[in-house]
Amino acid sequence: MNPTLSTSYHGIQLPHPLVVGASPLVDQLDRVRAMEDAGAAAVVMHSLFEEQILLDNLVEETFVDAHEDSFGEAISYFPSTCRIAPDADSYLARIARIKEAVSIPVFASLNGRTDRGWASHAAEIEQAGADALELNLYSQPTSDETPSDEVESKAADIVRSVCASISIPVAVKISPFYTSLPHFARRLESAGARALVIFNRFYQPEINIEDLTASSTLQLSDSSELNLRLRWLAILHGRQALDLACTGGVHSHTDVIKALMSGATTVQMVSTLLLNGVSRIGEILQRVATWMEDREYTSIDQLRGCMSHSRTPNPEAIERANYVRMVTSAQLRDRFGPVKW
Amino acid sequence: MPQSLPSAIKDANELVASVAFRLSENIVIYPITPSSPMAELCDEWAENGRKNLWNATPAVAQMQSEGGAAGAVHGFLQAGAMGTTFTASQGLLLMIPNMYKIAGELTPFCMHVTARSLATHALSIFGDHSDVMACRQTGFAMLCSGSVQEAQDFAAIAHAATLRSRIPFLHFFDGFRTSHEINTATTLDDATLRALIDDECIAAHRKRALNPDAPAIRGTAQNPDAFFQAREAVNSYYDRLPAIVEETMETFAHLTGRTYKPFDYEGDPEATDVVIALGSGAETTAVTAAALNRSGRRTGVLRVRLFRPFALDKFLAALPLTTQRIAVLDRTKEPGALGEPLYQDIQTALASARAEELVPPSFQPLVIGGRYGLGSKEFAPPMARAVFDNLAAPSPKNHFTVGIVDDVTHTSLEVDPDFSVEEDDVFRAVFLGLGSDGTVGANKNSIKIIGSATGAHAQAYFVYDSKKAGAMTVSHLRFGPRPIRAPYLISSAGFVACHQFSFIHRIDVLERAAPGAVFLLNAPGAPDTVWDRLPREMQETIIARNLQCYTIDAYAVAREAGMGNRINTIMQTCFFAISGILEKDEAIAQIKQAIESTYGRKGRAIVERNFGAVDTTLANLHRMHVAEKATARHSMPPPVDTEAPDFVRKVTGLMLAGKGDLLPVSAFPADGTWPTATSQWEKRGLARLIPSWEPDLCIQCGKCALVCPHAAIRAKAWPESCGTSAPDSFLSREFKSKDLPGHRLTIQTAPDDCTGCRLCVNICPAKDRANPSRKALNMTETEPVLENERTNYSFFLSLPETDVSHIRLDVKSSQLRRPLFEYSGACSGCGETPYIKLLTQLMGDRLLIANATGCSSIYSGNLPTTPYATDSKGRGPAWSNSLFEDNAEFGFGMRMAVDYKTRAARDLVAALAPYIGDSLASAILDNPQTDDPQIESQRAHVGSLLEKLPSLAPNPDALLLAPIASYLVRKSVWCVGGDGWAYDIGFGGLDHVLASNANLNILVLDTEVYSNTGGQSSKATPMGAVAKFAAGGKAVGKKDLGLHAMGYGHAYVAAVAMGAKDNQTVQALAEADAHPGPSLVIAYSHCVAHGYDMAHGLEQQKLAVQTGYWPIYRFDPKRHGTGEPALKLDCPPPKTPLHEYMHNELRFRILAQSNPDHASTLASLAQERVRERFAHYQTLASSATDTTTSAKP
Repeated sequence: MNPTLSTSYHGIQLPHPLVVGASPLVDQLDRVRAMEDAGAAAVVMHSLFEEQILLDNLVEETFVDAHEDSFGEAISYFPSTCRIAPDADSYLARIARIKEAVSIPVFASLNGRTDRGWASHAAEIEQAGADALELNLYSQPTSDETPSDEVESKAADIVRSVCASISIPVAVKISPFYTSLPHFARRLESAGARALVIFNRFYQPEINIEDLTASSTLQLSDSSELNLRLRWLAILHGRQALDLACTGGVHSHTDVIKALMSGATTVQMVSTLLLNGVSRIGEILQRVATWMEDREYTSIDQLRGCMSHSRTPNPEAIERANYVRMVTSAQLRDRFGPVKW
Repeated sequence: MPQSLPSAIKDANELVASVAFRLSENIVIYPITPSSPMAELCDEWAENGRKNLWNATPAVAQMQSEGGAAGAVHGFLQAGAMGTTFTASQGLLLMIPNMYKIAGELTPFCMHVTARSLATHALSIFGDHSDVMACRQTGFAMLCSGSVQEAQDFAAIAHAATLRSRIPFLHFFDGFRTSHEINTATTLDDATLRALIDDECIAAHRKRALNPDAPAIRGTAQNPDAFFQAREAVNSYYDRLPAIVEETMETFAHLTGRTYKPFDYEGDPEATDVVIALGSGAETTAVTAAALNRSGRRTGVLRVRLFRPFALDKFLAALPLTTQRIAVLDRTKEPGALGEPLYQDIQTALASARAEELVPPSFQPLVIGGRYGLGSKEFAPPMARAVFDNLAAPSPKNHFTVGIVDDVTHTSLEVDPDFSVEEDDVFRAVFLGLGSDGTVGANKNSIKIIGSATGAHAQAYFVYDSKKAGAMTVSHLRFGPRPIRAPYLISSAGFVACHQFSFIHRIDVLERAAPGAVFLLNAPGAPDTVWDRLPREMQETIIARNLQCYTIDAYAVAREAGMGNRINTIMQTCFFAISGILEKDEAIAQIKQAIESTYGRKGRAIVERNFGAVDTTLANLHRMHVAEKATARHSMPPPVDTEAPDFVRKVTGLMLAGKGDLLPVSAFPADGTWPTATSQWEKRGLARLIPSWEPDLCIQCGKCALVCPHAAIRAKAWPESCGTSAPDSFLSREFKSKDLPGHRLTIQTAPDDCTGCRLCVNICPAKDRANPSRKALNMTETEPVLENERTNYSFFLSLPETDVSHIRLDVKSSQLRRPLFEYSGACSGCGETPYIKLLTQLMGDRLLIANATGCSSIYSGNLPTTPYATDSKGRGPAWSNSLFEDNAEFGFGMRMAVDYKTRAARDLVAALAPYIGDSLASAILDNPQTDDPQIESQRAHVGSLLEKLPSLAPNPDALLLAPIASYLVRKSVWCVGGDGWAYDIGFGGLDHVLASNANLNILVLDTEVYSNTGGQSSKATPMGAVAKFAAGGKAVGKKDLGLHAMGYGHAYVAAVAMGAKDNQTVQALAEADAHPGPSLVIAYSHCVAHGYDMAHGLEQQKLAVQTGYWPIYRFDPKRHGTGEPALKLDCPPPKTPLHEYMHNELRFRILAQSNPDHASTLASLAQERVRERFAHYQTLASSATDTTTSAKP
């Protein structure tokens, strides 16, 4: 008997939990169609980066506009009707095009810069037809004047203002670098978030030791990155009503099953699709189903969260971030029950 | 009668293009100033799917030249389509052959021409009627409009009339003055156009199409028995045309309420003095006549609308029979003729009228003619009045000029500059700004705000600089309750704004300020200190004219508001706040609405940033304290140094001060020959930041000097003994070279000539290891170091030039040579000029340059000052520009002349060997002159020869040899130009000279677009790039010009990119010069039209090579027969994906915005082409491929 894979993710019913994560893959319509054909339950668009729009417009002002209206023979240097720098319109138009091209749910993604920008762009995204919105709360604090609470409060305020301005479900994509992630998750839920996407992957600096320069690079993930996600999925699962999406390091059907067992509602994949093509979705989905069938799981709900912090037989494996002799703590638990500090 | 029709505030180019687009099926285009905007708009509209009158999108095609465009026009007309084209000046001349054909075959067609000067003694991009008058014999009907409204209306009338008459139309209007003037106009909707066009005529035209289903033949060759009669068979069509035009104008009047006639008279119905003119000059003359008539004069103006065919009866019907004196104004010059074209026509018309008794015998008005407005020379009411005054004089001057002072042949009329016809209820404002500060853009925005808020009629006209970097703009804005008929500059403004403080020391900023006017000055620093910083002359003017002065530190406000250096919104806010043209609160609300409308789609942050700038502006705008008496002790400095040559001080200096109009004819060379090396006298002080040298870190590579586009950072190795008088702040360090012991090295900035582009700092490889952000060159604030650096640079120039003739040629040694191309007007960070500068460093003292029209001809030859310089011996590049299309041929001709003289000189040396000595003769004749030492040796031998020749004077050979002996030193002839020339319009000639054996060198500065005319696509434009004329992204790949040239086998060919491998560039230029046949060097040139910070141009060049987009190579025919392939690749196979290069440039990213799928497809295809091309080159280069070294500079 085929197991039931259907999943409800922040209120949207999906046939299974495998979602294509935010990436350039979604920029081309034919690839999005191929994702649907390969069986993707939903797609997440790459983010509308408000900061990128600002930067590109600054570039336009500085390096295009500044040369215009200067010289009689060249009043301008680009076609006047071209949008030179990107704006929100092109992103919104892409949502509409994708919605037209496929029938699976389309989740937009937004990385805002200004308070008004978050909310206003979110509203536009909803109007453009996105089924849900993933807020990409990327920020890199570099100032020693900014306390952590300020960072978290600002994030919660953003989520609150966005959720107040739209009615489609809002997921929040976060990084692992919060002091108290479970508490922060609760704040986000209170602010209106319906799901958490864990975790964002960041560009990392690369240093050229010969010419003393630094560059920024983003490598494709591998399965080793999954473990960090598994820990926090396990810790966060079941604490709030938030759905959890796992992203980063999911490359195989066993990765998917581990994520689900840790508590993920959905699992996003990008790197493996970039490496192996979008047909990989169907392969992994089939293997998940086969694995479940072989072990007589009838529903994905049976395994979701079974290895979470609250259910796993050895939660210290999830808690411990530093080396401690595992055998010692296991013996203590056997003797005294869960260890309290 | 017509309904109330919509109005718009637009320029003539846009309005005409709109009509032409809607009435065309096919449009062929080619860029040429000032018509390019019409072609650009049509291309964009077609790309966006806009429809013509028949609900189809016209097909728009760019051709390789105007000649090609005319051929394509002829073709689509023959095949039964309707269409248009746009052109001007030399472009129109290239169309003439086909114009004869199109007219001879009675083909309905309408072209739109922004009338412009023709290149004679000099090129001029500006307006006059030289070009259209050269077409009056082609058989085209010629319809002239004189205002923005008329240009639109006549475009429609011409399209309609050509269909009815079958005579093709040339519709023209004044370049810049009308084409670029923004004015309130009533627009023509589709219904009006539809009503104007006769569908039956369209059907008839289509029916005449060449069609194999109903075949016919045209273009036959006719013999003496037939040609003449057949030529006369068209007469009746021309006879009918004036009536058709008149009927079409009547229909148009019925539809729109605007009445025109083939000849329109305006003025006193019983005028005695009448001026006859074409174009915007007639408009100026008409408003002048009206003013004169109000004071009792009886004057009028007869506008010639339909110039060809010239309808005698309609002319006579328009001309008052009371006319006693006629002045005919021509905006062209026909040297040697009895008069200019319109004058001759009027004379002929009146003579014919009398002969045919069409007028009473007593009607014999005096007719004189004169010239005005050549090259957009200002023609304002004072000049028009001078024409009327001359006409009323007892002995009117015939063949006069007006608007200049001709103190040589005394043709000019006296002009009263104080005469004005400006009306009191018209608001007039003048703004002086920099192109880069957004002044013009803000003013375009302001007139739309005012026009829409008040319903006022608005006019804007912008005067641009001849420089591309640091270009000054002057905006002239008028607003009034009636249509504004004033096609001339504002001479008396109620509001004057100076957006750049530095201008007050360079030009008379208040020249156009009326008494009591409001004056706004952007001044840095505290507002209460501004008055004391004004030059004395300015203070005196402010007091004398009782100006109300305001000041703001706009750059400080911009920085505070996060606007960078863009002060446009700030200065616009000031204008609205203090000009009184709108109520202040309403004005601010309108500005914010405009900001919302302009930036709303770009995001809230940008809108809010601009809002913030508006609010902060009002808090920082101050009334300037004006003292009762002038208090300044400093005056405006002279425009050029007092040590400058006499000509520079008296002529160039006046032009630099903006007073060139005052120069009389006698001040000018009659043949267009000007002194070189004048840019050194124009100190513009553009850079807020300049490079500062850290000698301890410098590795003496010379890259900084190499890449400087303006020769504003230089390297010199100088003997230690010369350093005793060095200023204290003058820096140097030991020069590392075995060849020049005892020398020190200095890297010195020219602080007044640097444009602050940062290329030198970015290319500098030397870093402080403990703090890599500190390099051997770092940008520093100019102001604190300015005086010291001026002193240092002066001392630097006084040091002896480094003798490098015996040092191995490489980047380092090349940069110790004095550049003979300096301080040009090129864009800051220009990617072209470093190559030219290098060329002058390698061989500038024996260099002849033929320069194709384009960016390089403009920054090289646009007055007032020019950058080609001379060395200490007075030698330097000799330079000339012929045309756009003929540059290879032009250079070829130079080479022929040089070769002839060289050959003659050599023959004479051989003949004189017994007298000058066999050893000297052999030394001269046998010197191969392939490197610098040999060249220096040859110079010495020729010097000896010249010393001996006078003693041989009776010998006729000696007399013949003396004037040409310098040709015994090898000359290097280079054809320089851009890709528009080399790949497109001049390709035929270029190909021809490559196929020859001429020792001619070609340097193609490949920016991959027509940079000078604003970035139109060429055949060098790469796949996937968006450019004008390729608004949807270039769908085909770039032409491989180098591969084509290699195909000949005997030509030296190199592709270079200075930012990727600078030594290879040096080698390529030197090898091209040494190659005894044709040479082609294609130089990657980054350009502002690529859409990124030019400071990173060299890094982008490097990436272009690393991705395989721009493989660098040298194909040297001398390797033939050596066992080595002639082609040597100077870069390794690409390892970096192409998208890393493309992503850095807006020209590629634009397409990803508008059409991501198409962009992605083209990017993939482009990547594949790169791979294929490199593989092909590797095959050609075979074992010679350099795969062991990376593409490090």
